[in-house]
Amino acid sequence: MREKIIYGLGILAAVLLARNLYSIFMQLPDEASQGMIYRIIFFHVPAAITAMLCAGTAAIASVTFLVTKNFKYDAVAVAVTEVGLAFLAANLVTGSIWGRIIWGIWWTWDARLTSALVCWLLYAGYLMLRQAIEEPTARARIGAVFNIFAFTDVPIVFFSIKWWRTQHPQPVFWGGGSIDPAMYWTAALNLLALVLLAVVLTLIRLRQEEVQREIDSLRRYAHAV
Amino acid sequence: MDFIRQVLVITRKDLRAELRTKEAINASLAFALVILVLFSFAFDPTADQTREMSGGLLWIVFAFAGTLVLNRSFARELPNDCLDALVAAPISGGALFLGKALANFVLVMAVELVSLPVFGIFYNVHWTSRFWSLLLVLALGTWGLTVIGTIFSALTVNIRLRELMAPLLVYPMLIPALMSAMQLTMDLIAGKPLGGDNEIWLRLLVAFDVIFTALSLLLLETVLVG
Amino acid sequence: MTAVAAEGVWKFYGDYPALRDVILHAEQGACLALIGRNGAGKTTLLRIIGGFSKAARGQVRILGSDPRETETRRRVGWIGHGISVYDELSAFENLSLFGRLYNLPHPRKTAMEWLERTGLERVKDGLVREFSRGMRQRLAVARAFLHQPSVLLLDEPFTALDDRAIAVLQRLLREALAEGRTVVMSTHQLREALELATQVALLNRGKIAFHGERTPEMVADPGWVYAHYGEG
Repeated sequence: MREKIIYGLGILAAVLLARNLYSIFMQLPDEASQGMIYRIIFFHVPAAITAMLCAGTAAIASVTFLVTKNFKYDAVAVAVTEVGLAFLAANLVTGSIWGRIIWGIWWTWDARLTSALVCWLLYAGYLMLRQAIEEPTARARIGAVFNIFAFTDVPIVFFSIKWWRTQHPQPVFWGGGSIDPAMYWTAALNLLALVLLAVVLTLIRLRQEEVQREIDSLRRYAHAV
Repeated sequence: MDFIRQVLVITRKDLRAELRTKEAINASLAFALVILVLFSFAFDPTADQTREMSGGLLWIVFAFAGTLVLNRSFARELPNDCLDALVAAPISGGALFLGKALANFVLVMAVELVSLPVFGIFYNVHWTSRFWSLLLVLALGTWGLTVIGTIFSALTVNIRLRELMAPLLVYPMLIPALMSAMQLTMDLIAGKPLGGDNEIWLRLLVAFDVIFTALSLLLLETVLVG
Repeated sequence: MTAVAAEGVWKFYGDYPALRDVILHAEQGACLALIGRNGAGKTTLLRIIGGFSKAARGQVRILGSDPRETETRRRVGWIGHGISVYDELSAFENLSLFGRLYNLPHPRKTAMEWLERTGLERVKDGLVREFSRGMRQRLAVARAFLHQPSVLLLDEPFTALDDRAIAVLQRLLREALAEGRTVVMSTHQLREALELATQVALLNRGKIAFHGERTPEMVADPGWVYAHYGEG
């Protein structure tokens, strides 16, 4: 049953992505000042949002683990963090490409970009920290606490664009810029596609964690007998 | 009141132990002064350049030198298994955390207060024009540095490669606080007052301090025992 | 009320089951000697009882409560593998520190008292890092007994002690037991431990293989329990 859900969601995500790609490249007109490259925003922004959703899920899973001591939640935390890290990397890379074409620079240390990079480093640190702890209970516990600390950084990313003058363009989809409803709709659909993709990847990774734990416990019983 | 008493017992213990050996604080102070001098020597900045980079330079120095003190915070409990005795003692995790954080704060502030005049001399900078505001920013920034350094010292106390791990994890966490402190310090050294443009940084720094202090107080027990 | 109770305790380190369904009790006033080969799980079990780590399954109770509760911690004394005193502080400073941590009414006076009881009064201002091994052990004992704990948990307390330290520890343990305190100690030093013990438990590869009264045979032949209940 689990497998069917994964396949089902996967197909849905693929179909949606295909439809969106068609829409992005074939149907929507070029943007007034940016030309072709603006289309990258349909991946850049949804990837960021997906990454944030992953971070939120990981934080909730971490807190739940600390409360219930159930390793299922620890597995969710690590799985969803890995997936989120991938999406955040996609966000940084797409942003960098866009910046190179439009502004002529690969990188700048403004607040938004810095915070996104910091988040990436933090969650990469989470994975590194887990790697350094062999004992599974300690690994889950220490990881969960660290995840909570890391997540507290995320609001800074979210609000920074409102608080500081920054080189980053003002939010396109919020903040009262004028935008073609067709573009808004496409972005929203792509967000859905990326979120579905994230869910599929997380479920696959989660399944792997659970299988690993099952093997571990079988080995434990074998030792004990 | 019990809580405060317990905090101070821990603080006194840490300070007494550190001042007796002076290992961490000597290393930290030496590091800070050497970097400051080397930088001045290597880049020989003009007055304008110095003013621009004062905030950044000072807080990088403080962060790196501070880490030398902060990493030892829980590591010093490992010889003789003293950490066991602290965990077994009837004090709350919050009291243990705050006690250590306070001791660390005192030590790192001491290093910073010695570094500032040295900075002033070698870079020909008049940094005392907004002295009390600067002291406030120093305290707030150092507290942020201390809180994160202390809790992460606890997080990594039993991990192999602890010496490498802790700094790697701490610096990204500190970036918002360091950014704020750098901006404020740069403005204050240039003679601008607090408030107006840079008030937002001050608020961020205070929020950072409050949030992470609260989180650390709550979670230390979980980190050490489960 | 049972002083120390472990019910169905399991502990895993990764794949390896360090403790398997351990059930153990010690009544108030008892002296339980926990024996077993290296790697049997004695330290693991004691640390779970002491509240330093959590069991994967099962429950531990000290004086009816969770070991981590503040009031419980106040009534437990612990000696682990390390001496748990600070090298950079003096003997007196160490004991005063723990006196204050345990909220004793007169920490300095109590510290002096225990320095005398462990024969360390002459080196009270000496730094611990300059102490001999025996002196360090005696100071560890003073630290553990300082706050008059109702339950004493000792992990191989007689290991590598010199004769003087052994004598001090045995005397203090006898006095504590006479006062109705409970002692649970793991040990390799069968002779010294069995002299004091009222109960004996054998831990074999994480399982309790024997748990019963200490008999005269055991004292006469310390290897008796291993011979009858241990594996080869």
